[in-house]
Amino acid sequence: MELTQRSNTPYFLTGPGVIFFAVLLGTPMIMTLLLSLHSYDFNTGIQADWTIANYIEVLGDSYFHKIFTRTFGLALLVTVICVVIGVPEAYILSRLSNRWRSIFLLVVLGPLLISVVVRTLGWALFFGGSGVLTMISQALGFAEEPVSLMFTFTGMTIALVHVLVPFMVIAVWAALQKIDPQSEDAGLSLGASKSTVLWRITLPQAMPGILSGSLMVFALTASAFATPAIIGGRRMKVVATAAYDEYLSTLNWPLGAAIAMLLLIANIVIIVSYNKFIERRFAKVFE
Amino acid sequence: MSFLTFEALNKTFNDFVAVRDMSLSVERGEFISLLGPSGCGKTTTLQMIAGLLPPTSGKILLDGKDITATPPNKRGLGIVFQSYALFPHMSATDNVAFGLEMRGIEKNERLERARKALDQVKLGQFADRHPKDMSGGQRQRVALARALVIEPPVLLLDEPLSNLDAKLREEMRIELRMLQQDIGVTTILVTHDQEEALSMSDRIVVMKQGGISQIAAPLDLYERPVNTFVSDFVGKTNLLTGTIVSDNEVIIGEDTISIDTRQYQHKSSVILSIRPEKLSMSCDKSGYEVRVEAAIFLGASWLYSVSGAMGELFVTQPNTGKAGYSKGDIAWLSWPEDAITLYTGAA
Repeated sequence: MELTQRSNTPYFLTGPGVIFFAVLLGTPMIMTLLLSLHSYDFNTGIQADWTIANYIEVLGDSYFHKIFTRTFGLALLVTVICVVIGVPEAYILSRLSNRWRSIFLLVVLGPLLISVVVRTLGWALFFGGSGVLTMISQALGFAEEPVSLMFTFTGMTIALVHVLVPFMVIAVWAALQKIDPQSEDAGLSLGASKSTVLWRITLPQAMPGILSGSLMVFALTASAFATPAIIGGRRMKVVATAAYDEYLSTLNWPLGAAIAMLLLIANIVIIVSYNKFIERRFAKVFE
Repeated sequence: MSFLTFEALNKTFNDFVAVRDMSLSVERGEFISLLGPSGCGKTTTLQMIAGLLPPTSGKILLDGKDITATPPNKRGLGIVFQSYALFPHMSATDNVAFGLEMRGIEKNERLERARKALDQVKLGQFADRHPKDMSGGQRQRVALARALVIEPPVLLLDEPLSNLDAKLREEMRIELRMLQQDIGVTTILVTHDQEEALSMSDRIVVMKQGGISQIAAPLDLYERPVNTFVSDFVGKTNLLTGTIVSDNEVIIGEDTISIDTRQYQHKSSVILSIRPEKLSMSCDKSGYEVRVEAAIFLGASWLYSVSGAMGELFVTQPNTGKAGYSKGDIAWLSWPEDAITLYTGAA
């Protein structure tokens, strides 16, 4: 009796959470999936039939190929830049004295405290044809014409890196906190230079943090909407904004749903296989 | 000419004096323990020898060369850290080979030497394991192999056995001491465990509040501690406060005991120290009468808490296979004359 009671407790405890997610996350997802399997007519709207025509359309159209390639290229580039900026940032942060660390941690996390839309509009002001960037370049004599990064890949990359670097910093910082500081002393005592210790002892131990940070940044970029919508606009569409346009401009909801499902599937495939790779590579070393 | 010398070593952190005026000479091949309670400066001293902490003033000489300003990666000392500080992302072999790699030794040779070092600490069959798959004792051995494989002039041990369970700790003491004598490496051990220091060292440096209280060989230290701090910290002892009344009498509590006091002033207050195992206990009604307050059986011996006219005392008696005294028994204590040491004040 007591045994069955004990084994039921976890279900009771997790029950509310499971129901919460099933209703609020699962239902819209399933509805999107079902929606994507209907066809659409410009005169009569969504049809009651079942078809995979939407998927065939997206997978067969070079217009969508370009958008998908752009999205995952952007995700990869943003991830790489976040690693390059975030890892040294986290390392320096972990070396600061307590007082400076809390100040700089606030600076690093600051962007997260402001709405992503407001932050991106700030970048739009900066990047725009009559924006700060233009004023500075013209004042310094680098350019005669207005310089604009609006509706460019570069502009999107910069704005997304700004939004996502904190995630990388936090992930790497957490990993660095777990390192036994004596292992660095041990490296020194065995004759390694400070840079060798950093490269051979500290960095490999921070690797799980770098990898999980990359995973977060990649997934968030691939599914980002606000920043690409404002900075990229219609000229520089990514998958998320393309789906949005199908829904709200073309009113072709089933096609939009199919795009969204394909983004989800692509994201899951990439993340799961990346995770598998990490696990295989590091299972021996880390718990 | 001694091998490793500290000259008037000082270390202060802001206002706090961690190590005060420490001078010490260590001979080649000697095993020295720095023993003291936490916060006595022993670990700070070790870190200064390792080069991980710069001294505020003073000099460290190794084999005649001043190494005070040499960075830790140029000193070539072997260190076993308290946490072992193994590299978790490397196998045992790679951990051990790391120091050899830093010395530019080519791959086959360093793997060969790493394997030999692991064999030396009886870990040959665990060479490919990662630290997380090893027990505390095995990690400790990897750390030892890693420190020894670079053939350091000095081996530094920072509380190396404190994370092991009691039985393993005792085995490792013997093993570590034998290994150290085999190799003949000059060794400095930092510990707060007096048994560890007594069992392994050639000489023990007892430290208190950043300074040296006494430097002596284990037996000397135990038998002739220079002050009440050392006698209390190294081994167990009974400390009794008394007043000298004549050339051969001291009043303690309500009792007077006879002891040679000629080198001390009359009427002055003294502290007497007597170790529990120097007292012998019997029922023969001669000597100092006490009542047994508590009896604890420890296997090899009995520990008694007794009370008499002098106050409370601890007494240790070897287990002879017969039943011991029990609570409420009356017994008589006696001791050889040289068992009592007099101190003029607490230190």
